[in-house]
Amino acid sequence: MPGRRSVIGSYQAVADIAGQRFFSTTIPRHADITLTVDGKEVTVPQGTALIQACEAAGATVPRFCYHDRLAIAGNCRMCLVEVERSPKPVASCAMPAMPGSKVFTNTPLVHKAREGVMEFLLANHPLDCPICDQGGECDLQDQSMRYGSDRTRFHEITGKRATENKDLGPIVKTSMNRCIQCTRCVRFANDVAGVEDLGTTGRGNDLQIGMYIEKTMDSEMSGNIIDLCPVGALTSKPYAFQARPWELKKTESVDVLDAVGSNIRVDSRGVQVMRVQPKINDEINEEWINDKTRYAYDGLKYQRLTTPLVREGDKFVPATWEHAMESIRHGFLNSGARGDEIKAVAGALADTESLVALKDLINRMGSENLTTDTPLGHLPSPTGSEIRSNYLFNTSIETANEADAVLLIGTNPRHEAAILNTRFRKSYLQTGAEFALIGENFDSTFEYEHVGTSAKDVESFLGGKGKGAFGKIWKEAKKPLVIVGSGVIEGKEGAAVLKAVSKHMLDNSARFLAEGWNGFSVLQRAASRTAALDVGFTPSAAASKATPKFVYLLNADDIDPSTIPENAFVVYQGHHGDLGAQFADVCLPGAAYTEKATTWVNTEGRSQMGRTAVPPPGASREDWKILRALSEVVGEPLPYDDIYTLRERMWDVSPTLLRYDTLERPSAELVTAGLKQLSSASVSAGSATAFKKPISDFYRTDPISRASVTMAACSKAFTKKEYETTQVDDAIGGQASYA
Amino acid sequence: MSLRSALAPLRQAVRVTPRRAFGSSASRQSESLFVHRDTDYNNPNIKFEFTPENLKEAQKIIDRYPPQYKKAACMPILDLGQRQNGGWTSISVMNAVAKLLEMPKMRVYEVATFYTMYNREPVATNFVQLCTTTPCQLGGCGSTKILETIESHLNVHPGQTTKDGKFTLIEVECLGACSNAPMMQINDDFYEDLTPETTIQVLQALSKGERPKPGPQSGRRTSENSAGLTTLTGPPPKPGQFNLPEFQ
Repeated sequence: MPGRRSVIGSYQAVADIAGQRFFSTTIPRHADITLTVDGKEVTVPQGTALIQACEAAGATVPRFCYHDRLAIAGNCRMCLVEVERSPKPVASCAMPAMPGSKVFTNTPLVHKAREGVMEFLLANHPLDCPICDQGGECDLQDQSMRYGSDRTRFHEITGKRATENKDLGPIVKTSMNRCIQCTRCVRFANDVAGVEDLGTTGRGNDLQIGMYIEKTMDSEMSGNIIDLCPVGALTSKPYAFQARPWELKKTESVDVLDAVGSNIRVDSRGVQVMRVQPKINDEINEEWINDKTRYAYDGLKYQRLTTPLVREGDKFVPATWEHAMESIRHGFLNSGARGDEIKAVAGALADTESLVALKDLINRMGSENLTTDTPLGHLPSPTGSEIRSNYLFNTSIETANEADAVLLIGTNPRHEAAILNTRFRKSYLQTGAEFALIGENFDSTFEYEHVGTSAKDVESFLGGKGKGAFGKIWKEAKKPLVIVGSGVIEGKEGAAVLKAVSKHMLDNSARFLAEGWNGFSVLQRAASRTAALDVGFTPSAAASKATPKFVYLLNADDIDPSTIPENAFVVYQGHHGDLGAQFADVCLPGAAYTEKATTWVNTEGRSQMGRTAVPPPGASREDWKILRALSEVVGEPLPYDDIYTLRERMWDVSPTLLRYDTLERPSAELVTAGLKQLSSASVSAGSATAFKKPISDFYRTDPISRASVTMAACSKAFTKKEYETTQVDDAIGGQASYA
Repeated sequence: MSLRSALAPLRQAVRVTPRRAFGSSASRQSESLFVHRDTDYNNPNIKFEFTPENLKEAQKIIDRYPPQYKKAACMPILDLGQRQNGGWTSISVMNAVAKLLEMPKMRVYEVATFYTMYNREPVATNFVQLCTTTPCQLGGCGSTKILETIESHLNVHPGQTTKDGKFTLIEVECLGACSNAPMMQINDDFYEDLTPETTIQVLQALSKGERPKPGPQSGRRTSENSAGLTTLTGPPPKPGQFNLPEFQ
């Protein structure tokens, strides 16, 4: 397979360029320097922090404030090391590695320095460990055991510093007495999350972290400050006093609540998911996940379908699998559905294995009516499903921050792909990228110019009639990027917008389709959409006109009820009793993403393996197995009996589905062919109807988050702004004293 | 009996040991609050806008810095706002500064809470800042005496405002006039070389609405030797006065 090898070759080349993480992300420096750490020579790129050079040499340096993805503060002093010919110990996080310097991380001076710093930090730290949620994963606890002294010289009867608690909303629980003022949360909130409300007030011993005024931390990334906090000052409110880290089974998996495919670690105890944590993946989510990914897990406990249900009259009756399958067979035969009258609808949370199985099953039953639960999902997608680059985020999440001018069309990356939004925030702050939006305004973490609202505006802007400063920037941009939102593609104007965009790409191919750059990206927002298009889960033109008599809903919960005919026989397969289940004659309980090992393809086209953390509840089963069993019942048995043969079938459908964790970039020829196909579509010109945001409430977008209590609280607090901050102290009455 | 006497020293030892109940340590109270509490006199709904003259002044300050570093003007403009707002920086002043300088509000709050000369609570027209740092404590009659004088004269303690709303008294750290100790700063003026009598004179003049002469109250000029000059008393030497005759 020469094609495959070359693809892998180019991937390796990309990986080589990415290579080492630089101290500075803005100016890549390629000169290497050599220094000695504990007698060991180590070569690092120039500009690397000394602490990273020590890490590279295998010497562990304790730290609290330093974090390799945040700006450097240098205020905890825990990373002190000894440098030859330096009169004092040196804070290794704030000191660049110098060529030829001799560094020691394991000398009596360093030990004494660490012990002293530790003593200062503990002087004002409460002895809360037994009742602190951070216990077991607390940097302060671990490092005081490893580097601290076992006694203190602090015996002041006046007691330790006390700091008022803050109320940051329904996600972050604070216990500010425990704070050691490392300011990681402040730096994260300002630089990554883009909420510039968190800061330090006061000075000296009274310095405290907070927002000064009473306010919640309204950010979709706020949960990350809990991970960043090296002590128990910021802990998780929904997870408070639920479990200790050592009791949890850790399963590395993939998030499916948006199309980014953030890598996560599912922590479970017994059959219950206790929490979701980010897993580092520099190519996708770095070290962050958004709050929905992190906190929607309690939705896995509520509203679940645990047994098959069969409708009798106007209520559902629990049934055995045999009974449910028999009911489907009867219903199918009685409906008299033939050919394209058999319709399958795939929802946002359908995994790739079951999409392939369902497509095979429906095709075997003689139908091509494979649709999605989007507004115009019963029609073929305007992107087509033949050429991958037409519906992928071609630019890739990792390189999206290289774009110097970004045009967002009908999308709000903050809600549709919060991780991507942090990359844009980064490029906005560090490289001065410029942004513009055509569509509905949103509360952004970067400044953008609003250049239009509708498909007509897209055509006129890309037609060279761009007004304002951005029109000029756009013409001169070296790495321009157009992001077409999934809401646009799913709408009536999708084809017209794609036509205008693809024409613009082809006309300016030197900039948009240059070597190592692809400026055409479609941003999907549902985890299953890319896979659905990859496996060809779209209706044929003829099939989309048929009136269905038998409808099979696979996780389809955003379906428009009017697309289900009154007399059709409806089967719902999924894990939550949400909207889709209401229309069903038979409900089949499937497994949620934490309960099955399945393939997910993210918006870039990167396939990743989700893993089983907990067993599916009750009588529910893995989704592909349900379809396999059903195929037997309806007399069209599918030819795979285990997951391996099913994956072989997936390989036949598209090998990319099984090339896990790698990003296959379509060749330039293919991209051009795809764009030509889009630009030659015969569609009427775009109308002046304004684009609508597809996500109105970030915290309630899918059956899992809609069932989640935490997400409901977040929705109330942040979307509806109805959060009541608990008054910490009502004691201050009248005019307070001076100072 | 013998057992009791044997236990006596032990009991005594127990009694002698200071009692410290579990978790008895008192919380260390900070002298000011570093969070904002909405009150009827200080909340974001109270309007504050720079006057046209002050806006002009602010523009002059902003022009001192490169345009992309507009936020560098934060401190002088906060001071401008504080002056316009009657000597204190309300939350509305901070918000107005943030808006004027196009910076996040929190960055202004950080500055305003860090520096002690931004008063985040209202102060009286005469803001008495008495230095009680060591040189002032030791110099002259000593700042402790001055503090007692002011306290008894105004009938307030540090941190309080008089009932008539004319004076607010606080203790401050060194204001850099140690050679004229003890001293106090009232609004922008230093009153130095204080004695209880001169202190009361200054306060009385201020309460009448006069402005007493700032500087040393003892009559000496700046920080000259109070016992008269000991050096540089004669005329300065003429050019070449001390040269050898042949060079004169």
